[in-house]
Amino acid sequence: MDNSKRYERLLERYNNGDLDRRSFLGLIGAAGLAYGVATPFAKHALAATEQVRFDGWGGVVSEAFRKYAFDPYTKKTGIKVVDGTFGSGDEYISRIKASQPGEYNIAHLSGVFDYARYNNLGLTSVLNEKNIPNLEFVIPKLTDVFRKVTDGTLSCVPYDYGTTGIAYNRKHISDEEAKEKGAKLLIDKELKGKLGAWGDWRTRIWYASLQTGQDPNDAKDMDAVWTAIRTNRDLLLKYWSSGAELMSLLAEEEIYATEAWSGRVYALQEQGHDIGYMDPPNGFGWQECLFVIKGSPMEACEELLNFMLAPATSIAVAEGQNYPPALDPKKVDLGKKIPKLPAFDPTGTLDGLTFANPTYWNGHEQEWSKEFGRIQKGY
Amino acid sequence: MTIETREARQPWILLSPSLVAITLLLVIPLLFIVVYSFWLRTATGADQVGFFLDNWTEALTDAFYRDILLYTLKIAAITTAVCALLGYPAAYFIARSKGNKALLLLLLMLPFWISYIIRTMSWINILGVSGAINSLLISLGIISEPIQMLYNQVTIVLGLVHFLLPFMILNIYVSLEGIDVTLEDAACSLGATRWQSFLEVTLPLSIAGLAAGGLLCFVLAAGTYITPVILGGPSDAMFANLVFEAIITQLDWPLGSALSLMLLVVLGALVLVYNHFLGMGQLMKGLGK
Repeated sequence: MDNSKRYERLLERYNNGDLDRRSFLGLIGAAGLAYGVATPFAKHALAATEQVRFDGWGGVVSEAFRKYAFDPYTKKTGIKVVDGTFGSGDEYISRIKASQPGEYNIAHLSGVFDYARYNNLGLTSVLNEKNIPNLEFVIPKLTDVFRKVTDGTLSCVPYDYGTTGIAYNRKHISDEEAKEKGAKLLIDKELKGKLGAWGDWRTRIWYASLQTGQDPNDAKDMDAVWTAIRTNRDLLLKYWSSGAELMSLLAEEEIYATEAWSGRVYALQEQGHDIGYMDPPNGFGWQECLFVIKGSPMEACEELLNFMLAPATSIAVAEGQNYPPALDPKKVDLGKKIPKLPAFDPTGTLDGLTFANPTYWNGHEQEWSKEFGRIQKGY
Repeated sequence: MTIETREARQPWILLSPSLVAITLLLVIPLLFIVVYSFWLRTATGADQVGFFLDNWTEALTDAFYRDILLYTLKIAAITTAVCALLGYPAAYFIARSKGNKALLLLLLMLPFWISYIIRTMSWINILGVSGAINSLLISLGIISEPIQMLYNQVTIVLGLVHFLLPFMILNIYVSLEGIDVTLEDAACSLGATRWQSFLEVTLPLSIAGLAAGGLLCFVLAAGTYITPVILGGPSDAMFANLVFEAIITQLDWPLGSALSLMLLVVLGALVLVYNHFLGMGQLMKGLGK
């Protein structure tokens, strides 16, 4: 709460008769003293921001950020950007939980689901959107879902989106067969020993919901879901745990089908592998965001976010990681490559994608992640 | 201060940096883990501070954890046995070789220069569907379709043996180096065959090294996390994977703490059994002290 609002509330209480004159003047005096003491230090603290820490997925994404956002930002502000990486969102949240406030500042996180988890742990901040003018280029639907979680405010800016669809080797599975079987391709007994799956409980439950004809955001028959997960498990060669492993399994033909991240499949296709990709009806759509963690130097972070959201940076990152940017194609010319990426929506409405409902998934996180962990290990 | 007092204090002064380091880096973090194991994870992922026995009750009574623990101990025991069987002849060969011992020891140390993860992943290029062995067999016309060799219990043991064999060989080698070779000659001169002299003289004298290597391999294998992730199949998880999952995936640090302490206690008990039968002094001998 800023000082003007605090004063207005005190005045309102005084006018309503909730505060006597002596208390009102006393509180005003105390507020003035606090402001007088705090302001010089606050200014000093802002001026003393020497660096901002950013954590992301590394690789080409980091290189694009460095070239198009971090270096120009440092040149303009004198604030250094320390660039770190993490292997998974789960690993990162553990690091944040163990850290001191302000130690980590901005992270390239997955989806609304993680945003809600951070909010539940009291790790969200409140962005001053006036300091991020490039936010106007972002698809409104992507920001709206975040606002719903944090009562209308934002602790992040949306950055890119994609899908977790089904990848298949065209040498062994035709496009027609894949389309006909849809999500059930991943429980096809003929593919025993030639299937892969991401060892992520959310994705497993999402696809098991599709395989059992249920709404992935509101499955009613969880017994059927667990049975489908067991069926899938018994047909698998391996649960993969990273994008690199996914690509290796598909490229080396260890597996013929798996669910996969759209950008990774596009990268394989660019390398010449004959891998097909499809999003079955109600396939898993997701978005990534640049999240500002509580305790960070806000103005410095907001300015950096603005650099990162600039169309040139967003497009370079999108082309590097093969996921469409969060920029509205009706407001920004996205070039030639991005419209060809899987999951890209030229309308900017994203109506064709189904995103995870954070309330539903977070509400079951503790129970389902544990249950899946057991089933994964043969139970 | 008398000379006796000064002499009595001297070892403690010399030991103090190590004691401080052990206290700060091992004992205190371990105490934190003990305290954590009695807390609870709430539905939002935050921890509820207090004294709850729920995690310990779950860890000790749930058959799921017991089964994975037994599976882990089984894999560790198989790995240790394979390491001993492969490591003893190699160590014997190095210990008895003349002239090129330094080169052989250097070759033994060579794998340590490469990351354990890279070494583990190298098996994918050897055993994979389009790996070296399948490619060779197909090109020789022995098979027409690649054989599926990866992602099972055998490849986990293979990866662990690859990682741990040098530890076993080094321990046995050090032990064999300390044995006077003329003892074998003496046994032979008294009518024993080479095999008998090995069984009756060399093997009993080198048992300390074998046991030290075995203990080391077993403990390291039982605590492994990355090998089952890279080389294991869908259901091949070891106990350390459960700890990782509880702490990282489920953000359940209290349960993860209880599980990690459970593994620590089991492996600690194993060390106590070792100490009971062989004594820690034997371990020092095995390590060449």
